[in-house]
Amino acid sequence: MNISVFSSRNSKEIIRDPLSIAFGIGLPLILQIFVSALQNKIGVDIFKIEYFTSGIAVFSFSFVSLFSGMLISKDRTSSFLNKLFSSPLSAFEYILGYTFPMLFIAIIQSVCCFALSIALGMQFNANIIYAVIVLIPVSLLFIAIGILLGSLFNDKQVGGIFAGFAQVVALSSGMWFDLNLIGGVMKSICYALPFAHAVDLVKGVVIGNYSGLFIHFIWIAVYTVVIYILAVKVFKKNMKN
Amino acid sequence: MKAIETLNLSKAFKKRKAVDGLTLSIEKGEFFALLGQNGAGKTTTIKILCGLSKPTEGKAFVLGKDVSSDDSFKEKINVSPQETAVAPNLSVYENLKFIAEIYGNKRNAASEKAENMIKYFSLSERRNDKAKTLSGGMQRKLSIAMALITDPEVLFLDEPTLGLDVRARRELWEKIKTLKGKVTIILTTHYLEEAEALADRICIMNRGRISEIGTVQELKEKTGKDNFEDVFLMLTEQEDEL
Ligand SMILES: Nc1ncnc2c1ncn2[C@@H]1O[C@H](COP(=O)(O)OP(=O)(O)OP(=O)(O)O)[C@@H](O)[C@H]1O
Ligand SMILES: [Mg+2]
Repeated sequence: MNISVFSSRNSKEIIRDPLSIAFGIGLPLILQIFVSALQNKIGVDIFKIEYFTSGIAVFSFSFVSLFSGMLISKDRTSSFLNKLFSSPLSAFEYILGYTFPMLFIAIIQSVCCFALSIALGMQFNANIIYAVIVLIPVSLLFIAIGILLGSLFNDKQVGGIFAGFAQVVALSSGMWFDLNLIGGVMKSICYALPFAHAVDLVKGVVIGNYSGLFIHFIWIAVYTVVIYILAVKVFKKNMKN
Repeated sequence: MKAIETLNLSKAFKKRKAVDGLTLSIEKGEFFALLGQNGAGKTTTIKILCGLSKPTEGKAFVLGKDVSSDDSFKEKINVSPQETAVAPNLSVYENLKFIAEIYGNKRNAASEKAENMIKYFSLSERRNDKAKTLSGGMQRKLSIAMALITDPEVLFLDEPTLGLDVRARRELWEKIKTLKGKVTIILTTHYLEEAEALADRICIMNRGRISEIGTVQELKEKTGKDNFEDVFLMLTEQEDEL
């Protein structure tokens, strides 16, 4: 009950800033169109539409981290959230209240992303629907990161960190180049982070090759749970000053 | 059970003690004014009593609940903070309804209460405007309405009249008067005559400590002054700065 009330307030807060949402949904799509045009010219494996769409879908979630981080850090610095801390809402309810509207945006992003790839020539089949479903837990990872950042930093810092974070996601996820070709330490580092696992997971679902996907999923789940726990901890601390 | 009890309550920021060994108790239904000059520790005290800030020493009980370990008192209190606190992108109506719902009112009841508050605080004309587009004084009124809408048992008003024009201030005092005796009110203000007229008891704080506490009459007798402003000045005289 309280969660839905707080969620609805957060949705309003986000919807009433439509420009940033349009940007967060639009930019990855433009990237997708660009790479698709590029692929028509050069034709490399990594930019095959099934593969690159998976990368873009994951990458677009970094904007979800940005949105949730911004919303929370702005709330924290306003006296409004401070007042709410004297209300009966619990830390758990705050976190879920921030999560749900973001989840909704993430689903819209995924749907837009795959709709565009179909328009660009990808074959529609059930796998695409599965991929959108699998992207839901993946988006939770990014939401958790956003909540944690928003609980730790102010909105200017969150903006700066986002710039770096988006680079890390793009480079370590294997969306721009095949991590197997790089190998070595770089590859190990990338696979110690969750983003390459996320892209591999979605790729596997899109092409219908499920072998090895469970491990990727576990990596993402563990990261998500740990970051959520951290976020709740930090948020709770904020509630008491 | 007392509405509020504190025992040697202290809060230090780094070396500075904002609240220093506060021990007091406030009866249910009492109208209690917390006075003191800038930086005396009034807001810090209220923040601790609302569960917004952890005391560094001592204990505080609100409606019998220890504020540092038991949050269950929160649904029975509300606060109008010193800094106006409204959700900038929600309308006047949405802000009010939101708060009512957070404190457990069903949607219809919350809506009705929000409408009543809008009428009560003469905000009808701005009902659908986003809070950030209101003038400072109007935001203030909204912020106070958001404290009253939940029918709290204990109401904290931290300088509620800050930024209100003369008429709005008078009207607010009329509203607060109607709550007297029904709701425990803890008020801070720099308008001494208002505290003098309304409060059952007054606590004058100085540098985080209780300088004196009692009814207006008692304070006047203790200091031997007739004029309450003189009482205040006497009880808050600055010692030499360290
Ligand atoms: N978050 C904080 N960090 C450091 N010091 C603080 C903090 N909050 C308050 N203080 C200090 O605590 C002291 C008491 O502040 P407080 O806000 O409680 O005063 P006040 O009585 O409400 O004053 P005013 O009448 O100006 O509102 C001040 O010296 C202030 O600088
Ligand atoms: Mg103050």
